[in-house]
Amino acid sequence: MSEIDPNNQPVQTSDVELRHKYWQENIRYVLILLAIWFVVSYGFGILLADWLNQFKLPGSGFKLGFWFAQQGSIYSFVLLIVVYVRLMSRLDRKYGVAED
Amino acid sequence: MSVQAWTFVIVGLTFALYIGIAIWSRAGSTSEFYVAGKGVHPLANGMATGADWMSAASFLGMAGAISFMGYDGSVYLMGWTGGYVLLALLLAPYLRKFGKFTVPDFVGDRYYSNFARLVAVICAIFISFTYVAGQMRGVGVVFSRFLEVDITIGVLIGMGIVFFYAVLGGMKGITYTQVAQYCVLIFAFMVPSIFIAIQLTGNPIPQIGFGGELAGDIGSQIAAGEQITLLDKLDGLNEELGFARYTDGSKSMIDIFCITAALMVGTAGLPHVIIRFYTVPRVRDARISAFWALFFIAILYTSAPAIGAFGRVNLINAVNGSYYSAETAAAEGVQDPKLIPEWFKKWETSGLLAWVDKNGDGKVQYRGKDGAQASAFAGAPVFNDESRGTHGERVVTNALNDDNDNELYVDQDIMVLANPEIARLPNWVIGLVAAGGLAAALSTAAGLLLVVSTAISHDLFKKMIAPDISEKKELLVARIAAAVAVCGAGLLGIYPPDYVAATVAFAFGLAASSFFPAIILGIFVKRANREGVVAGMICGLGFTAAYIIYFKFMGGSKDNYLLGISPEGIGTVGMAINFAVAFFVSNITPEPPQEIQELVESIRIPRGAGDAHELSC
Repeated sequence: MSEIDPNNQPVQTSDVELRHKYWQENIRYVLILLAIWFVVSYGFGILLADWLNQFKLPGSGFKLGFWFAQQGSIYSFVLLIVVYVRLMSRLDRKYGVAED
Repeated sequence: MSVQAWTFVIVGLTFALYIGIAIWSRAGSTSEFYVAGKGVHPLANGMATGADWMSAASFLGMAGAISFMGYDGSVYLMGWTGGYVLLALLLAPYLRKFGKFTVPDFVGDRYYSNFARLVAVICAIFISFTYVAGQMRGVGVVFSRFLEVDITIGVLIGMGIVFFYAVLGGMKGITYTQVAQYCVLIFAFMVPSIFIAIQLTGNPIPQIGFGGELAGDIGSQIAAGEQITLLDKLDGLNEELGFARYTDGSKSMIDIFCITAALMVGTAGLPHVIIRFYTVPRVRDARISAFWALFFIAILYTSAPAIGAFGRVNLINAVNGSYYSAETAAAEGVQDPKLIPEWFKKWETSGLLAWVDKNGDGKVQYRGKDGAQASAFAGAPVFNDESRGTHGERVVTNALNDDNDNELYVDQDIMVLANPEIARLPNWVIGLVAAGGLAAALSTAAGLLLVVSTAISHDLFKKMIAPDISEKKELLVARIAAAVAVCGAGLLGIYPPDYVAATVAFAFGLAASSFFPAIILGIFVKRANREGVVAGMICGLGFTAAYIIYFKFMGGSKDNYLLGISPEGIGTVGMAINFAVAFFVSNITPEPPQEIQELVESIRIPRGAGDAHELSC
């Protein structure tokens, strides 16, 4: 195996370890993003919706809990995937496992 | 030009486009037939996924359903979008790296078991067929409402079109047709939405107008000089008429939670959605196309709740307290009476609206009861058209419900169907909505039929019955299977079983309690083995199916719901059971063979997606 990582060190010696680290970091990103995913939908949109409804989304007539349930959570989902795509592309390059 | 002429022209043009694309993108190999040769651009794949995902129900029914459910409708909005986050983060990139063609492929290979493969094949076929029946029906309904042809002929025309591009082009034909269908459906949904947003709130963007004050032509008339936001007005109207406040809803929190979760996880486990991520060239493209897919879906899914709210304000304002006929009002000496709008009678003719004058005052009275919907009479209206009612209305023969004051029956589909007329838009927009509804139904049907045909030709035939079959023969089998599946779906559309609506809960419940845990464990838990996952799938599926069958088909009473969770949400519990059993059994049985553990390692690393079987990275 002759893959070279960005620091110009041969990957060969610690290939298994490197894969392991790549996977660990990937899992960490996924867990953080899923925590946000849970909070904006199940948290703000459902569990805390009644409480949040006493506030309004600034500059609009939306009750906050209702807005998260019908609008905000969906916007957040789209953003979460954008962030994930970027983080993973960077991670792939860092560990030299990108496809190009 | 008349509405019908416009509809014929626009629907005809879109159909010609779909056929043209089908001819241009014929499939020449099994890889092209199953996964479009893995050469689809992520943006195109995103659009195709959007069209694949947004069905006749999303296009025609969802805004209306939310309109009646208010906050409770959020389960669909979050449930049917949040699943894409799970797909993007947990499934799509790894399944793309795995390569191959189908979901049962993954289950069968990862768990080195043809039994697991068979369970997956049966689930895939069952889920797809329950879903596709509704789509074909949707095609028939759109045809009959807009073009006044018989539902059966409508279904046959729809079958003909799908047959043409699914059988000829396979995944390749379907993908590029879906791209076109997405454009048609989103344009058809957004044009009336934008106009209605302007009329009610003075803001062309529905998502913003939704939270704004009543303004614009119709809006300021409803507000009558008051400075009030649309949602506050709607809350007030709902309360006044005896419904729950629009922004509060009436379902229990745990039920909302479980239904949302079951829909999300079900979305991520639906085979026709997952399979779309096999069609892009690289792992990175699978992630990117998950983004595009959700982006394109979100355009419709963030507009739909706005349309639901606008539609409800409009409906209550235009209909409640209005005289059905000018004669009645004149006879009572009312000066300048509020009359029902023109579209009311048109949709009454088609049976989407019905009115029974319970108190005999000649005015339409729309009411809820104790914070919930109240049906004026039992079931969908059955009309007797031999004579007309006192005020000239169609006569409903159903038994009236005396326990409430509601006089109005509204089919929820009307919110989208009648939108262009309510907003007094030109005739071509109505034709466009018809074409959009057809695009939504046909694109979803095609994606589902492809799953059925690949499950038969690839998973069942090639992998289990006749492994030595040549590629050319396999392609032929796939085409025959697709043809048979189209005919089967058409039959279900022409003779719909009564339980079609109930089976949607089934499709999601089964996807959530079978595929999702099996795939997640297959990627993230190396220790997960054949014994564990098969046991998990059987327990999860068995529990979910039993619960749904008991409460949906055997008359189980709501009072016996487990923790108050309705059958729509029980897939969440089924999924938890599946995970728990799979985990436990995996840990007390031998670990998976070495080559499977290496397969898992290779799935986790993007490099080398072109050839999924090479284990080096």
